[in-house]
Amino acid sequence: MDLTVLWAFLIAFAVFAYVVMDGFDLGIGILFPRFAPGEERDQAMNAIAPVWDGNETWLVLGGGGLMAAFPLAYAVILPATYPLIVAMLLGLVFRGVAFEFRWRDPAHRKYWDFAFFAGSLIAALAQGMTLGALLQGIEIEGRAYAGSWWDWLSPYTLLTGVGVVAGYALLGACWLVWKTSGSAQGHAYRLAVRAAIATLVLLGAVSLYTPFLDAQYFQRWFTMPSFFIASQVPLLTAITAFLLFRSLAKRREAAPFFLALALFLLGMAGLGISMWPYVVPDTLTIWDAAAPERSQVFMLIGIAITLPLILAYTGWAYWVFRGKVGTEGYH
Amino acid sequence: MFDGADALLLARFQFAFTVSFHFIFPAFSIGLASYLAVLEGLWLKTGKVLYLNLFRYWLKIFAIAFAMGVVSGIVMSYQFGTNWAVFSDKAGPVIGPLMAYEVLTAFFLEAGFLGVMLFGMEKVGKKLHFAATCMVALGTAVSAFWILSVNSWMQTPVGYELGANGQFLPGPSWWDIVFNPSFPYRLVHTVIAAYLTTALVVGAVGAWHLLRDRTNLHARKMFSMAMWMAALVAPVQIFVGDLHGLNTLEHQPAKIMAMEGHFESHPEGAPLILFGIPDSEAKTVRFAIEIPQLGSLILKHDANAPMAGLDTVPADEHPPVGIVFWSFRIMVGIGFAMLGLGVWSLLARWRGKLYDWSWLHRAALVMGPSGFVAVIAGWVTTEVGRQPWVIYGLLRTADARSPIAAPAVATSLIAFIVVYFAVFGFGTWYILKLMGKPPRPHETGVGGAPIRTAGITPGPTQNPGGSGPLPGGEEER
Ligand code: HDD
Ligand code: HEM
Ligand code: HEM
Repeated sequence: MDLTVLWAFLIAFAVFAYVVMDGFDLGIGILFPRFAPGEERDQAMNAIAPVWDGNETWLVLGGGGLMAAFPLAYAVILPATYPLIVAMLLGLVFRGVAFEFRWRDPAHRKYWDFAFFAGSLIAALAQGMTLGALLQGIEIEGRAYAGSWWDWLSPYTLLTGVGVVAGYALLGACWLVWKTSGSAQGHAYRLAVRAAIATLVLLGAVSLYTPFLDAQYFQRWFTMPSFFIASQVPLLTAITAFLLFRSLAKRREAAPFFLALALFLLGMAGLGISMWPYVVPDTLTIWDAAAPERSQVFMLIGIAITLPLILAYTGWAYWVFRGKVGTEGYH
Repeated sequence: MFDGADALLLARFQFAFTVSFHFIFPAFSIGLASYLAVLEGLWLKTGKVLYLNLFRYWLKIFAIAFAMGVVSGIVMSYQFGTNWAVFSDKAGPVIGPLMAYEVLTAFFLEAGFLGVMLFGMEKVGKKLHFAATCMVALGTAVSAFWILSVNSWMQTPVGYELGANGQFLPGPSWWDIVFNPSFPYRLVHTVIAAYLTTALVVGAVGAWHLLRDRTNLHARKMFSMAMWMAALVAPVQIFVGDLHGLNTLEHQPAKIMAMEGHFESHPEGAPLILFGIPDSEAKTVRFAIEIPQLGSLILKHDANAPMAGLDTVPADEHPPVGIVFWSFRIMVGIGFAMLGLGVWSLLARWRGKLYDWSWLHRAALVMGPSGFVAVIAGWVTTEVGRQPWVIYGLLRTADARSPIAAPAVATSLIAFIVVYFAVFGFGTWYILKLMGKPPRPHETGVGGAPIRTAGITPGPTQNPGGSGPLPGGEEER
């Protein structure tokens, strides 16, 4: 296979891994104020404390990998979404330190809890809006971004931003359903149902809006041969959604999380159908932006050796902390 | 109102600010991770609970420092794209893969085992837990390896080809790129710097508790370990720093000229200027106190060897002399002060007074933060001395920036400054609070600590900063 295509899939994998793994962390942050201070919040925090750092590392791989494998795309997308990226980074600063600081400073715990919530919310919103900004197109001249620093703001990007917030909240709620017990779990069930409704409504809205952004998206989704393939995505989404609501109603513990994952996977597939083979829709294909073969091969060797190991020890770390969390932290 | 030059200056300031803040944490966590591995290893080997208590004591501090290192590091990896897009596009094919290797071999390793290290002692058992601690320590060192390779390649670029589209492309050998000429020196010097920085912090905490209670066994152990480190490693660092300087003289002579304040060439041997005030306009060092011929003796190992000065370099390629001249002297001065402390501690040890000489303890306390100052001064020397290039001799900093309007860069810069000072200010405060308490015979771990100690630890010191809401919470409202 063409190495550039392989790299496109690897970056997509890193982004997907980030979205679902840090997605549930950020989702718990977004839902945090809905949990009662004390026991419920402590459980929610402990459900992610040992793993959030590893989850966030996928973001560094996504960004660093993009720079390495598609340097031109990295050099165009980041300036185009400058304020969003800065907002996301600052959001992640607050979110990341809150894990430690809230324990160290009981007198100000409620402020760090708020920082945890606000940081997560801002990061999720900025990520969703960055996705929207990419889909609606970026103005390029030569090898550089040529638009202004507000181009990213539009009704469409607001919609994608809120959509991602809802989606993360769904993942977070489902993770808590799995990891907590007692009143926190009951709470998580209720929140999961609401987040699932919001996610599906917003996913539908974005899906209907996107084909009308650009003739090309329309063609891909609504002309004949590709329609057959593309239409599988909404169909499968409907089935998954049905299973998700049923599993929540039946009070299953692990199934909702995996069904929410499946929803994200389908969203990613839809995104692939819309974008392929562009990294910046309509202007840069993956081949335009790709690094030379020597860079691709060098990194491929590294990834072939390390990725299985990373997946293995990450899996082990999750296994160590399996089961329900308590309120006392792990010890 | 604003133009490109302002945007450039703001972007440079933003990079310098965020990276300096970032590096403070790695400088501490690289050393501390290794120290923790040593403590846990000693505990497993000797079975002495004293080591376990010290381990747990420093683990809590490590958790906070590490979190701050992670969040400030993520900012760095995106800053290449936001503010330095042209640089990213051009250099991406060469340095991008090195940074990707850093993520794959270091960041995942640290992050993957951090959870077990912090919370997993009772879940996985002692041996596996020790393995996790070692993995985290290894990860921090590997991370230093890759990022310093990247930085060194920008200082001494080799092994590349120029592409038709203006990109730097990797040549046939990645080995040449990774092990570029300045890399070995920079790696050794920086990693030792991190160890020294940590040793001085540990020593200062030990000294603080010795000053309050000379019989405290935990404080004694810490202080003694740290002073061994200072005594043995400070001379090595000075030696390595000298080698590093010789390497820089070979590859970036203009940087050395700026560090030494050599505006003029010295055909008959250059002096060593100890102090003075460099004046870039007049191209001279005012009020210089100098030792004749010593400059040539140090740099060329021959008192009469001729030395070229900045008069041989085109004016538009001069680095800012004043900053480099001073930052270099600060670093070297601190290096010798560390050596002095080490020697003093050896003397005290030899007399059997290591835990009794309170002036030694006071000196160690004052020197506590000196590693951070030296490390930042060292980086300022390295980076400012490289100007006006971002890839030495090939790409000017002025040509590397993103097409972003100055107001956008200014706004984000202000946001970074406000948030960093607020958030990392609190973090530092929490660390100091932890350091202020002596290690106890039954030190709790990180995992057990949160909720339990929240109730158990009493005391008036619980309410830091007194009244008023946190800036952290305030900001987002
Ligand atoms: C000499 C060592 C050194 C230097 C010069 C730098 N760093 Fe660093 N960095 C580390 C040593 C380190 C570390 C010790 O490995 C850290 C500290 C805490 C941590 O998680 O790893 C780290 C963290 C860290 C992280 C978070 C990793 C995670 O999620 O676990 C990122 C993305 C970066 N760094 C990126 C950078 C960039 C882009 C730098 C240059 C501009 C940089 N670092 C300079
Ligand atoms: C962590 C320690 C580091 C510190 C404290 C540091 C410090 C600085 C400072 C003070 C400047 C500003 C120089 C000036 O404007 O005159 C600068 C610039 C820069 N540094 Fe570093 N640096 C560090 C590491 C790195 C590394 C590892 C890289 C590469 C990966 C790097 C890449 C750059 C770039 C691209 C600039 C461009 C801006 C400029 O040259 O002004 N730095 N750095
Ligand atoms: C007398 C002792 C020392 C000498 C002669 C010395 C020499 C040097 C030189 C020549 C450089 C510039 C490298 C370049 O040209 O790019 C440098 C950089 C640096 N120094 Fe030192 N140094 C000394 C002590 C220290 C100490 C005590 C520390 C910290 C604890 C330290 C930390 C650093 C760091 C972090 C850098 C930047 C990274 C690098 O380029 O290696 N140095 N040192």
